[in-house]
Amino acid sequence: MQDGHYASNPAWADVQPIPQDDGANPLVPIAYSREYSEAMDYFRAVSRTNEKSQRVLELTAHIIDMNPAHYTIWQYRQSLLDALKVDLEEELNFIDELAEDKAKNYQIWHHRQVVVEKLGDGSREIPFINQIIEEGSKNYHAWSYRQWVIQKFDLWKDELAYVEDNLRIDVRNNSAWNHRYFVVFSHPGHGVNQATIDREIEFAKKMIKIAPNNCSSWNYLLGVIRTTGYPVENLTPFLEDLKNGNIQSPYLLSTEIQVYEAVAKKENRSVDEKALEDISVSAGIAE
Amino acid sequence: MSAEPQTPAKLQVDLHVKYIQSLNTKQDDLEYWLSEHLRVQGIYWGLNTLDMMDHLDALPRDDLIKYICSCQHENGGFGGHIGHDPHIQNTLSALQVLVTLNALDSIDTDKVVRYVASKQNDDGSFRGDDWGEVDTRFCYIALSICSLLKRLDAINVDKCVEWILKCRNYDGGFGNQPGAESHSGQIFCCVNALAIAGALHHVDRDLLGWWLCERQVKNGGLNGRPEKLEDVCYSWWVLSSLATIDRLQWINADKLTAFILSSQDLEDGGISDRPGDMVDVFHTNFGVTGLSLLKYPGLKAVDPVYCMPQYIIDSLGLPRLHQCNK
Repeated sequence: MQDGHYASNPAWADVQPIPQDDGANPLVPIAYSREYSEAMDYFRAVSRTNEKSQRVLELTAHIIDMNPAHYTIWQYRQSLLDALKVDLEEELNFIDELAEDKAKNYQIWHHRQVVVEKLGDGSREIPFINQIIEEGSKNYHAWSYRQWVIQKFDLWKDELAYVEDNLRIDVRNNSAWNHRYFVVFSHPGHGVNQATIDREIEFAKKMIKIAPNNCSSWNYLLGVIRTTGYPVENLTPFLEDLKNGNIQSPYLLSTEIQVYEAVAKKENRSVDEKALEDISVSAGIAE
Repeated sequence: MSAEPQTPAKLQVDLHVKYIQSLNTKQDDLEYWLSEHLRVQGIYWGLNTLDMMDHLDALPRDDLIKYICSCQHENGGFGGHIGHDPHIQNTLSALQVLVTLNALDSIDTDKVVRYVASKQNDDGSFRGDDWGEVDTRFCYIALSICSLLKRLDAINVDKCVEWILKCRNYDGGFGNQPGAESHSGQIFCCVNALAIAGALHHVDRDLLGWWLCERQVKNGGLNGRPEKLEDVCYSWWVLSSLATIDRLQWINADKLTAFILSSQDLEDGGISDRPGDMVDVFHTNFGVTGLSLLKYPGLKAVDPVYCMPQYIIDSLGLPRLHQCNK
């Protein structure tokens, strides 16, 4: 059997690799998993002696490339960043490359956050995230990390425009809707006034007219109404408008019910039974 | 190929038992090596499935206990495999395995509690390990561990609840951190963490229940967020959340059952994320526990809060934090 990549490399000649000890279950490495198991054998040896060197940095990159979810390797790599005073911009380049096809891996995103925190510089982050979102518009890690970045480095300015771009491409992108709420309502020091609330409600209505069966825009509309105390019955003209346009939508019906319930509550009576019956007929539930 | 809907197969209990038994013998598969960091979690998924199907003895008890114990570190936390760094995720799985095998006395549980308690941040959130990642998943994990060990006193439960509530969104759902998008997996963690903390009254059950039942798509499967693909694991995350807030009946049970059953590998056993895809033990566990919530015959009742058989939670003397399984 040919010597492996590390076994045949003179730069690693001083290291005695430590094979996997599974305890009850002895290992049987076979050819095509050999690259991985050899790298792990060498990692076991160098982490036991706590070696912090350039060659180990490269070894961790090799293993991460094969198995990016191996969090133990990531932690060791992080300790190497400090010990070797690694150029953190270079480390960001490393993550840029990995993220090309591993953008749904948790560890990459956490590592990036750790590096950027050490760097104290978020200038590369929005372009990086934009690239990932372009490839996968609902990448949960990307949107969640984006929130951390804009809060940490005060990069709120262009976010509303970014959200609108994304919604223009796909009005059903729930991640974009969620980000809109974050950008409008969670910006510290930027209280929300009536004009903003009205703007958000009008925006949601406009998007609903474009795609009346899109739950994200209805959830946004009703979420804004609920969290700002806007009276839901004020939606009545809008709902009438949709019905007159022969729009058929379960969200329209459920909102109508909410309006009836809200009005009944305010007038301190029970909901109009006839009204509920009409809605049930529309929904195809009753005769 | 016929376009007619076929009668879904029954749950292939014997095949799934064989599939789970075969998992540790696949050392010629690269996949075996690439999943070593979650071996301990994999054992929980496999063992839990076996117990749900009443085949707990299909895996060697003593070997498992020995293996799990060898993954524990000095600080009390468990790694995903021998020699892997400790993380609370593996710590929960290790504990679940030992509880299932009635072998909690094999480890020092005080150390486990100290390990978990040491991961709580000042704002009430939990990090998964000392690398520092924070996520609502880890709140659930910490509360679940401390609850199973009857040591909720060791952590600041109120502060944790305070942080979880910051993660509640305008649509009634929860994300992985404050402001993050509502996601079924995170909702499972937050709702059941709140249940364990005795704080379920903070959840708007109708609002969240509506969001959750909207996860059911035409083919009966459930997705994790609006407009995403259905996946068998959401049968668990969504369903158990609905169960905990008492709205399980808002899902079309027949269609979901058919979806899960059609995601089985009818030759080699195991369940996949959706029909036709490759199986794995993760989806096998959540498919089977999902079926149990849907009252599929022949399965043990499952506790939606802990994702473990109800009899185990009962025998630990823990209260039922839900209304199922009456």
